[in-house]
Amino acid sequence: MVTPSPGNGLALSLSGIRHGYTIGGDFTAVVSGVTLNVAAGEFVALLGPSGCGKSTLLRLVAGLEPPHDGEILADGLPVHGPDPDRILMFQDPTLYPWRNVRQNVALSQDISGKRDNAAIDQVLSLVGLNGFERAWPHQLSGGMAQRAALARALINRPKLLLLDEPLGKLDALTRLTMQTELHRLWKERGFTAIMVTHDVEEALFLATRIVTLSTRPARILSDIQVDLPFHRHRDDPQVLQLRRDILTQLGHRDDW
Amino acid sequence: MSGTDMAFSGQAITGTASASPAGLRPVLLPWLAGPAWLAAALVTHYWPDADDFPDTNLLAILFGVVGIALLIGAALRLLTVRAPWLIVLGLGLGAWEIAQAKLIALPRPFFGTPQDLLDVFITDWHRLGLSLLHSLGLLAVGYAAGSLSGIAVGIGLGRSKRFRYWTHPILRAIGPLPPVALLPLAFVLIPSSWLAGEALMALASGFPAAILTWSGIAAVDPAYYDVARTMGARERFLTFRVALPAAMPQIFVGLFMGLGASFAMLIVAEMLGVKAGLGFYMQWAQGWAAYPNMYAALFVMSAMCTGLITLLFRVRDRILVWQKDGLKW
Repeated sequence: MVTPSPGNGLALSLSGIRHGYTIGGDFTAVVSGVTLNVAAGEFVALLGPSGCGKSTLLRLVAGLEPPHDGEILADGLPVHGPDPDRILMFQDPTLYPWRNVRQNVALSQDISGKRDNAAIDQVLSLVGLNGFERAWPHQLSGGMAQRAALARALINRPKLLLLDEPLGKLDALTRLTMQTELHRLWKERGFTAIMVTHDVEEALFLATRIVTLSTRPARILSDIQVDLPFHRHRDDPQVLQLRRDILTQLGHRDDW
Repeated sequence: MSGTDMAFSGQAITGTASASPAGLRPVLLPWLAGPAWLAAALVTHYWPDADDFPDTNLLAILFGVVGIALLIGAALRLLTVRAPWLIVLGLGLGAWEIAQAKLIALPRPFFGTPQDLLDVFITDWHRLGLSLLHSLGLLAVGYAAGSLSGIAVGIGLGRSKRFRYWTHPILRAIGPLPPVALLPLAFVLIPSSWLAGEALMALASGFPAAILTWSGIAAVDPAYYDVARTMGARERFLTFRVALPAAMPQIFVGLFMGLGASFAMLIVAEMLGVKAGLGFYMQWAQGWAAYPNMYAALFVMSAMCTGLITLLFRVRDRILVWQKDGLKW
């Protein structure tokens, strides 16, 4: 088992979460009865078919929307709204085009009104963006933009990082680099991470635990501890066996 | 191997062949601007006027001075891009001089000569200058008030449902109305014609500013709000630090449209009620059949309008440096 630096992560508990949207007068359930406990410092991958409600689950944990039913506890306290301790990172970098890289990274400091230039410098070098501070977002490549978004998310040392397919739109090679990067950051900072993905390999490379979800409305199909040491190799027989199990679980045994 | 060699040498040959005639023109062209103006000066001076026009000699001297200045400019290599335009301008002024002052090809007094125009600037520059200042003053107050309140209304429309409920119908009723249509009423209802002009100019510039600010805010990617909200941002930050900067490109389109609308409103208000400014000057010139004065006023007006639009674009370029590409004025 991996033991990240204690105290930097946040323990999360979801009990009986149900959520949905009213579209044209009809209620459509998106999440139905999800109960999940995440210990501080864990890296949980949520795997499931696209459109199954994984992203909605992250929005609920981030506090952007209150759940229809059920309760979310962060370190034992109910979640009532967004909090800088729980940062959500999106599939798109969503950098503000009118702010340069440095200003984008400093966003949360501008919101709280506490400017700390040393912290900005530190997090910029953490993600390897020194020298690009003054670049405008449209000048960045996809990978660099996502690094900037990562720096923006990490600057205030959040205890929980919610990742909504953050590498989904990157090219295959950049994605490999960013996975290694993400793993390193998680080890260094010791935050709790919940990552939505539909890439089984990515989940196996990064996560300490993989939770598979059903098609919409989402419920938990399986909850697998990945007790393999890091760095995992993608052609390790144990990794391949897990991958086969998970794909079977998701109903893709014959497609692989 | 030999194929690439051939392609290479072929390229080199065509390159040098086309370079010489094309390369000659940029070298020669700047030297033609001065002579074009000097020719205009000579024609003005030596060809006798068809009638008794004022300031013919002064005009000739002026053309000559410009011609010499352009020759010096050519020697200092300052005229490269503008040379074609300067040549055409010198030739055009010379042609105008011949057609109107030497031959009187078009009926007078509706079509004046270059020296008529020059004479207006010499004898009436004081009144033209005061008219310009008055117009600028009127425009500045009305446009600033209209634009700022337009942006404020646009923010309200974009961010508050209740504000939108009450304001939208009013905006739909009044906004599309040409502000000129309200002018007769405004001059009766508002005791000061100056204030009436300001109010209508504010209306003219405020409407496009409000609509485009609103549309800019409505088009903001909702994810931008989520990013700030997940970091704990409140309504104030979301409005002024997220929605407003994101809407800036659209807001500047509104400011540009509003500036055009307030130019129109300015001139009409000055022609119909405000007893000063360039519009009033033109009205007055028409009353006296002083056509050269009208041309002079038009010239000043054009300089004012294009100057102000240039200024607006400069401000925009500074604020929107982050944009990948923008229209250049």
